[in-house]
Amino acid sequence: MSAPAAVPERPDGSGDLERSVRIGVVTFPGSLDDRDAERAVRLAGGTPVALWHRDPDLHGVDAVVLPGGFSYGDYLRCGAIARFSPVMGPLVERAREGLPVLGICNGFQVLCESHLLPGALTRNDHLHFVCRDQRLRVENAGTAWTGDYRAGQEITVPLKNGEGGYVADERTLDALEAEGRVVFRYVGGNPNGSRRDIAGITNEAGNVVGLMPHPEHAVEALTGPTTDGLSLFTSALKRLVSA
Amino acid sequence: MTSTTSTPAASALDTVEHAARTPETGQPWSELGLKQDEYARIRDILGRRPTGAELAMYSVMWSEHCSYKSSKAHLKQFGEKAPDSDALLVGIGENAGVVDVGQGYAVTFKVESHNHPSYVEPYQGAATGVGGIVRDILAMGARPVAVQDPLRFGAPEHPDTKRVLPGVVAGVGGYGNCLGLPNIGGEVVFDPCYQGNPLVNALCVGVMRHSDIHLAQASGPGNKVILYGARTGGDGIGGVSVLASETFESAQGPAKRPSVQVGDPFQEKLLIECTLEVFREQLVAGIQDLGGAGLSCATSELASAGSGGMRVELDAVPLRDSSLSPEEILMSESQERMCAVVEPDKVDRFLEVCEKWDVLATVIGEVTEGERLEVFWHGERIVDVPPRTVAHEGPVYHRPYERPRWQDELQADGPERLPRPATGGELRAAVLQSVSSPNQASKSWVTDQYDRYVLGNTVLAQPEDGGVIRIDEETGLGVAVATDGNGRYAKLDPYAGAQLALAESYRNVAATGARPLAVTDCLNFGSPEDPAVMWQFAEACRGLADACRELGTPVTGGNVSLYNQTGEQAIHPTPVVGVLGVIDDVARRTPMGFAAEGQLLYLLGDTREELGGSAWAQVAHGHLGGLPPRVDLARERLLAEILIAASRDGMIDAAHDVSDGGLIQTVAESCLRGGRGARLIVPDGLSAFTFLFSESQGRAVVSVPRSEELRFTDMCAARGLPATRIGVVDGQEVEVQGEFGIPLDELREAYERTLPELFG
Repeated sequence: MSAPAAVPERPDGSGDLERSVRIGVVTFPGSLDDRDAERAVRLAGGTPVALWHRDPDLHGVDAVVLPGGFSYGDYLRCGAIARFSPVMGPLVERAREGLPVLGICNGFQVLCESHLLPGALTRNDHLHFVCRDQRLRVENAGTAWTGDYRAGQEITVPLKNGEGGYVADERTLDALEAEGRVVFRYVGGNPNGSRRDIAGITNEAGNVVGLMPHPEHAVEALTGPTTDGLSLFTSALKRLVSA
Repeated sequence: MTSTTSTPAASALDTVEHAARTPETGQPWSELGLKQDEYARIRDILGRRPTGAELAMYSVMWSEHCSYKSSKAHLKQFGEKAPDSDALLVGIGENAGVVDVGQGYAVTFKVESHNHPSYVEPYQGAATGVGGIVRDILAMGARPVAVQDPLRFGAPEHPDTKRVLPGVVAGVGGYGNCLGLPNIGGEVVFDPCYQGNPLVNALCVGVMRHSDIHLAQASGPGNKVILYGARTGGDGIGGVSVLASETFESAQGPAKRPSVQVGDPFQEKLLIECTLEVFREQLVAGIQDLGGAGLSCATSELASAGSGGMRVELDAVPLRDSSLSPEEILMSESQERMCAVVEPDKVDRFLEVCEKWDVLATVIGEVTEGERLEVFWHGERIVDVPPRTVAHEGPVYHRPYERPRWQDELQADGPERLPRPATGGELRAAVLQSVSSPNQASKSWVTDQYDRYVLGNTVLAQPEDGGVIRIDEETGLGVAVATDGNGRYAKLDPYAGAQLALAESYRNVAATGARPLAVTDCLNFGSPEDPAVMWQFAEACRGLADACRELGTPVTGGNVSLYNQTGEQAIHPTPVVGVLGVIDDVARRTPMGFAAEGQLLYLLGDTREELGGSAWAQVAHGHLGGLPPRVDLARERLLAEILIAASRDGMIDAAHDVSDGGLIQTVAESCLRGGRGARLIVPDGLSAFTFLFSESQGRAVVSVPRSEELRFTDMCAARGLPATRIGVVDGQEVEVQGEFGIPLDELREAYERTLPELFG
């Protein structure tokens, strides 16, 4: 529809390295926030690459975002069908080798269904879809996607989902806590009944992160409640440039 | 000619030849909603009795919902009185009007009703209402970018409202959220008059380049007709004729539940992406969505608007239920279907794009040389009609109308006699009672169930005056949309009521800083067979057409919903008006929240004692009588110009219009939105009560930085707009000096608790 927002080139050319980082954004049938994720990558300084669910090729991208939406209508279980898409084969393989992967909302659900992350997302405890500006605490600033935050920092980004209640068995929850794998926690009220107020988690290696709230909707002051979400994307870019 | 339900199609296929041979066969025209003279006219047009399939087509296309037969005579004014506007690229008559917003962009928008289905089955009725309007916008060649939903329900505490409202809200959200369209505004209104007839209106906005406008027409003999999207099933058969064109009589006749369609937003999302891709590759010669009246409508409208005829092989239509008869296939309102006309050498590529998106697509016919619409069923001709007679030359009624006798009594029963709060304590209690009443209270319980962020271009959304969407990320070009209506005003005076709906919507768009350009309307009324209702309708149309001319904003399209009536009980006449505006740079938009301590509050416009139809009269006394506030369109125009200039030149930081609930509602909402209190001073010459609760029109409250005060007041003075300094943004309390104060926390609690308490 409209041309991408141009990111001003830095006079010293220091943006060039980030610009060379290519971050894939997968479109499943029913993906809705794929364009938003691409915009966030661009505003962070990277180059977004559109990936198609039927194409079992990651086209050499340096990281992948699984965006929000209702993949395949989410008529079975959220993310349950998307998990079997051709693109997920190489993605799961590369993620296990350390490829940075961020799953937002439906993307988080897909990561859980793919067993890249433990647990599952269930219907909100109040049974309504909820869209609101949500406060979160960054619990782990050491993952591939959170290096630009401080541990303990509070941020506000939109939350919008009908099935965002994070559940796992007690042992898994205890392990996540003990290993510092809870990345984001809800602050100022639990919006969906998530166990232990968990909003986002990571895998053992810290390269795969999933969260229910939408950082890609908080990247511009004009359209988001804050620009707090941009740091997820800049974190990944910095990590990849320095690697 | 008596109507009979034993259709000949039940035993053997009723072909055109068979119909010609059996003129005496009885047909169920009455059950299909046709009147005797309408049936006779069909026989005249065809020179024989219609086949079962033809009867099905005519019955749905000549229904009130599709043919506008009762309203057409009055709707003509919207064209005849249309103001000169160089912004209009496509006017009334297409799926939706198209407006030029500059920089090569065009915007299309339209509001439609899905009232009757939403009462029968709230979730699916509301969901498919969203789906239908989105396909209308898509069929113009535009990418849908936002929706709004003006909703009206019965008494909030009524048990049936607890059935209807949560279902409707979940349906709007369930469909729109899954489609990925931000919901950026709308209304939620309660009144006992809507108890048996809730109003579920849905508006959609779409954006395209000028060059991408697509029209619904089938030209070029040999071009293929492709049906794509969902399979055709038995849902919604006769929905148009049976549901939307008849009042709900008290439980007699068969259950009507099966006539409501079932929506699949996932399929619609694929349909959107697939359709935009075939547009982008220029694979489409003409296109039409399938909504009310399904294939009957799509084929006859496409053929009627084109230059040739059309031949359709109905047995090629993919079915969900193989037992459907040809009549049922023609009438089915299965959702998520579109019909495209494609040149033969582009058919393969068209089908490939559909396959990419997992969208089923089937060639079901072609454009022909003749001027007939012919439909075949396994090689036998079952329809042979001139398409215009189906689609565009339906009956037109000049129904009798008469000002009802009770209108004078109603207008004579003014609010002057009602006891008013006098002391500071009484005023304080009245304010809290008003802001916590269901109509004035926060609607976030509803709107928090809608995604307002998706697509990442939402600059303003509810509870702001208008929704603002960015359409170009580089230049900041954007559009603003608001929808408003006030059935109470319209009941007191339908002519003025329609104008007030437009005035409020126009003002709301201007309050965001956008320049109003065009209008869409959804006219919700009772039964046109009642002369009093018809008078309300005629007056509302006349009022709206006159006001559109005066404000320079043409009606580009819309929808009429009649028969919103249960027995003798009609709804308030409820014209809902949507206004579209353009803003050159969304970064300059004006939000409603008072966020800057120390800024000055100015009330723009004149305040008179006007309480007829007001929220105060309703909340405090359950009263409806007298006259609505005076309409002054020249003043509305001036106010809009000031609001737009102040936004463009950075003279104000916040603006919020004054409407139902009066000035105190405006100030309370802006304070809560911005998280700051306000100290107000009652201006000389006004009572505190009138100052706080009057609903005089043409007013807004603005928050002015002290550094801009002189420049702003000079501009108002030079243009002749009264601007009264009424206070300052200050502290954590809304205080009316010398009268009372309410801490923000207490105000917020009162404002926000009502809907969650009612609906959980």
